Amino acid sequence: MDSRIYGLENEFGLIFSAREKSSIPLERILGYLFEGIISNSWSSNAFLPNGARFYQDTGCHPEYATPECDNINDLVIYDKAGERILEASLILAERRMMEDGIIGDIFIYKNNTDSAGNTYGCHENYLVARHIDFWRFSERLIPFFVTRQIYSGAGKVQRESGKTFFSISQRSQHINQKISCSTTSSRSIINTRDEPHADAEKYRRLHIIVGDANMSEFTTYLKVGTTALILQMIEDGYPVRGLDLDDPVRAIKEISRDLSMKKTVKLENGKSLTAVEIQRIYMELVQNYLANRDKDDIAEDIMDKWEFVLNKLEETPMELSEYIDWVTKYDLINSYRSKKGCDWDDPRISMMDLQYHDIKRDRGLYYLLEREGLVDKVVEDEEVKHAMEYPPQNTRAKLRGDFIRIANMKNRSYSVDWTYLKLDGYGEETVLCMDPFASYDRRIEKMLLHLTYSR
Amino acid sequence: MGQQEREKKKSKDRTEKQAEANPEVVEKGKKIKEDIDELLDKIDDVLEENAEEFVKNYVQKGGE
Repeated sequence: MDSRIYGLENEFGLIFSAREKSSIPLERILGYLFEGIISNSWSSNAFLPNGARFYQDTGCHPEYATPECDNINDLVIYDKAGERILEASLILAERRMMEDGIIGDIFIYKNNTDSAGNTYGCHENYLVARHIDFWRFSERLIPFFVTRQIYSGAGKVQRESGKTFFSISQRSQHINQKISCSTTSSRSIINTRDEPHADAEKYRRLHIIVGDANMSEFTTYLKVGTTALILQMIEDGYPVRGLDLDDPVRAIKEISRDLSMKKTVKLENGKSLTAVEIQRIYMELVQNYLANRDKDDIAEDIMDKWEFVLNKLEETPMELSEYIDWVTKYDLINSYRSKKGCDWDDPRISMMDLQYHDIKRDRGLYYLLEREGLVDKVVEDEEVKHAMEYPPQNTRAKLRGDFIRIANMKNRSYSVDWTYLKLDGYGEETVLCMDPFASYDRRIEKMLLHLTYSR
Repeated sequence: MGQQEREKKKSKDRTEKQAEANPEVVEKGKKIKEDIDELLDKIDDVLEENAEEFVKNYVQKGGE
């Protein structure tokens, strides 16, 4: 697969359940969480020694953005590392709060919706070539993103005009436009935010806000993997024809509600296809595209998984409960319902929907399943543990992460962003790092040597 | 193990998994069912006593 820079941002849901009736503003809870993550000074925007960024987002959500990764495996690892960093800080925060006399439980959810109809996102970032015609590019991608939810959805117990039902995606109901620049008012299938954090003449950023946050490693891997292959194919000039949807915004909502996978959506050319059929057309296009290229193990692995999942979705979707978030959740809730004899509108069912996304492993239902070996794992726990402290080795994140670790160790103050590093008291120099693929920089090596041997 | 090799291995594992003989799959399915049954009892332990209130209180501000 072509080398590409990937990044995932997750906004987490946060709630504090106090033992006493007093209410504590969420800002204070967030402050405690930050203290646990950033040890040297309190700040609500910080880069971490693993190269990631952790900050307070709009609406008081803790947000974690992975460091730049140049392959999908790393991306899954660093996404999970974010959960673990937050989990560790949750435990520390509760302890500190108890010392201050605030007793209760912090809950952090990796999901996208609350019970009042608000939403917060999981954004995917792909660095793409600047030379592409963005509008044409987007048109070719829209049917893909509308239908991708059948294997990337995280599932949701939804309530609407007194009826409770299960839908495939958390996010689809909140998408109201095809293409837009806004992320907060009218959320769209393709977002036009274009901050490449790199040479803007060569690259642009593709910022995708339509997807759900995933607990399943397999789901994240497949979601980003298939998207990356599609992007590569389109960048290489392979056309996607005849898939334009008549009404993509309507289609994304309809597909989200069709667990049978059999309903069709209307295309502009008058035809009707199911979501699985549309995905299969994309898959076959990529198969043909890859057939003309050198053999590539990672691409092949993604294609295997893609085909496996589409076949199952078409015939026996429930057999994917080990792999795909929405199926895992749906299957678990159904088993619970039949054992306890409760209905969809039972509050325990909504609670299960929420608890599936709890990042605290001794409480979260996804992790309960993981412990029992009931979900497929793509990466090793040891890799995730290592990634909490250390940056990816093949991208600019290595420069940033190493710099932060050593500067923290030496107790030096500095400022850092995606594209620059500055060590206070080290000349006037701000070191610009505009190439996200460059994991080595002579100037930074010199600076780190200076730091390491300084007292 | 390099990433490429690892992917290859995983891919191979998957193919083998899919090709498992039927009785084994059935046996595995039975085991999973038993596991899930045990697991369902554990779920009540992690659900808050007052699920209804908890869920109702789970209100966030819109993000992004």
